[in-house]
Amino acid sequence: MNVVVCVKQVPDPNSTGQLDPSSHLLKRDGELVLDPGDEFGVEAGLQLAEKHGGEVTVISMGPERGLDAVRKALAMGAARGVLISDDSLRGSDALSTAKVLAAAIGKQEFDVVITATESTDGYTGVVPQMLAGLLDIPAITFAKSVSYEGDTLKVERQTETGIEVIEAKLPVVLSVTAGVNEPRYPSLKGIMGAKQKPMERPTPADLGVEGVGGASARQTITAVEAAPERAAGEILQDDGEAAKRIVDFLSSKKVI
Amino acid sequence: MAVAKTWVFAEIIDGKPVPAVLELLTKARSLGGTVEAVAFSPQAEAAATTLGEFGATTLHAGTDAAYGELVLGGPAADALATLAGEHKPDLILIASTYLGRDVAGRLAARLDVPVIANGLDVSGDGEVSVGSSIFGATQNVTTAFEGGKPAIALIRPKSFVAESGGGGAATVSPVAATIDDKHRGARLIEHRTEESSGPKLEEATVVISGGRGLGDPKNFEVLEQLATLIGGAVGASRAVVDAGWVPYSMQVGQTGKTVKPEVYIAVGISGAMQHTVGMKGAKTIVAINRDADAPIFKLADLGVVGDALKILPQVIEQIKARKG
Ligand SMILES: Cc1cc2nc3c(=O)[nH]c(=O)nc-3n(C[C@H](O)[C@H](O)[C@H](O)COP(=O)(O)OP(=O)(O)OC[C@H]3O[C@@H](n4cnc5c(N)ncnc54)[C@H](O)[C@@H]3O)c2cc1C
Ligand SMILES: Nc1ncnc2c1ncn2[C@@H]1O[C@H](COP(=O)(O)O)[C@@H](O)[C@H]1O
Repeated sequence: MNVVVCVKQVPDPNSTGQLDPSSHLLKRDGELVLDPGDEFGVEAGLQLAEKHGGEVTVISMGPERGLDAVRKALAMGAARGVLISDDSLRGSDALSTAKVLAAAIGKQEFDVVITATESTDGYTGVVPQMLAGLLDIPAITFAKSVSYEGDTLKVERQTETGIEVIEAKLPVVLSVTAGVNEPRYPSLKGIMGAKQKPMERPTPADLGVEGVGGASARQTITAVEAAPERAAGEILQDDGEAAKRIVDFLSSKKVI
Repeated sequence: MAVAKTWVFAEIIDGKPVPAVLELLTKARSLGGTVEAVAFSPQAEAAATTLGEFGATTLHAGTDAAYGELVLGGPAADALATLAGEHKPDLILIASTYLGRDVAGRLAARLDVPVIANGLDVSGDGEVSVGSSIFGATQNVTTAFEGGKPAIALIRPKSFVAESGGGGAATVSPVAATIDDKHRGARLIEHRTEESSGPKLEEATVVISGGRGLGDPKNFEVLEQLATLIGGAVGASRAVVDAGWVPYSMQVGQTGKTVKPEVYIAVGISGAMQHTVGMKGAKTIVAINRDADAPIFKLADLGVVGDALKILPQVIEQIKARKG
């Protein structure tokens, strides 16, 4: 089974994001890391390929600087990478991103395309379904467990009310939740080997996609303002009286 | 300038539109043009009365039995794309539920139009624009659609309060679109509902949520006890959902539920922005955390720095004592 995993490079999730005041684009000048959500996707891809034979290709659209973030997926065990970097792609909206990724995926042999459910920095959560639409195959989103038997992919997916069990023929796009597996740490050997693994660097033109990127985005941020802050509350140290204060508070709000 | 024609994608469960659909219809009425609903479910027609009451004049209904047996997002999006080509709505509002996101992304790709996600408000003055908040709801942004119709907006549940418009049942217009074979390859085999007792998380007046600070899944029982005592519902942070302590249906936050109770009690939750976007709209917030610097205290009306495992049992005892 050949698997393509889409991985995004994101600013360190532990730092608060900032918008560039003039362009309204997310500032991405700091260090970029492999989106923690995508580690679950890479792991899911590796498990499928290891169990059923085949290889994992990781594909990412993002700046050059993010090369190491993509290499981390190779260090985990993916066979090769594709990184599409181009100045014109800055400020791409979700659909532009999906068009570029879909074009790159179309050049690979794949049975399953894996993404995370949403990126840590953009979190539109629509790229996976857009990919499925552009590739014209079904999408199974929010997978909590994945297995493959015979010629059928079996997926348990989250919904608001519980779990849906899905059986699907390939090819499909699969989006996986955090918690679908336990992503492996790259081994030292993996890290050393990652630099030798092939990393393609196609341009959007190489992929034959046009009309993508910031210049052709059809949505613009027209206003940004600070949200009203909540008024400061009372913070107290528990000195044995805290429980009483909580109960008083609940009773003043008439919930008890 | 009003929006001439607004469509609301109506997700149907057990023959009823989900609550967020009624919120969107209410908002759609205020945009000034025609409001219509689109639903794909074998039981779609049963929803015509409610959808009409909240503002839809027409219900475009796909009632093929297969809609109940397949992974619905794909066939629904493809049918919606065809339908939108025929009827040319200016704006399609979709609630950001699981199904809603599946539909919106594929629909946008099929129609080659952008989608704005995570919306909290929508406005039809001039260009259609969507309000949302970023960075843990510290900043509000407005994003306008520029060309390309229909505009597709994914709106978070609970962004508007549903109010009946007093309309009669929507006129049902059957959708003829056939379901492509590729969609028939992805079948829904089983649906396991995660039942919980007590009020629903989204509807409860008090929500008591636990996080990793509870230390052990067993300690959620203390939250359950408190919830039962005061008629609240129990929620959770993603950290403990991912760890498998509690089911996903209890998750509050960006990828979980949005709650707006009278009182939200955060227990052993640090207050990461992905959590707070789901509970910031609570009327009042109580936080119990061992760490005085935990970000959750910035939101709290009453914050207690201390060990939740000591404090909660005392709270329960005292409430019992007061109740007598
Ligand atoms: C794309 C994305 C989406 C996400 N979506 C969500 C979401 O929908 N919902 C969500 O919740 N999170 C979400 N997260 C995760 C979020 O970033 C945090 O990691 C998560 O909310 C942390 O959960 P927590 O507060 O329980 O755990 P921690 O951050 O580990 O906090 C535990 C807290 O408990 C306190 N504590 C420890 N012991 C005690 C004690 N005895 N008594 C009292 N306090 C104690 C600690 O001081 C600490 O503050 C998302 C993350 C990403 C990247
Ligand atoms: N630029 C990108 N490169 C590779 N994968 C991406 C990119 N953007 C989004 N994805 C994938 O799509 C998922 C959903 O992204 P989003 O729609 O931005 O929330 C991410 O978790 C990634 O797996």
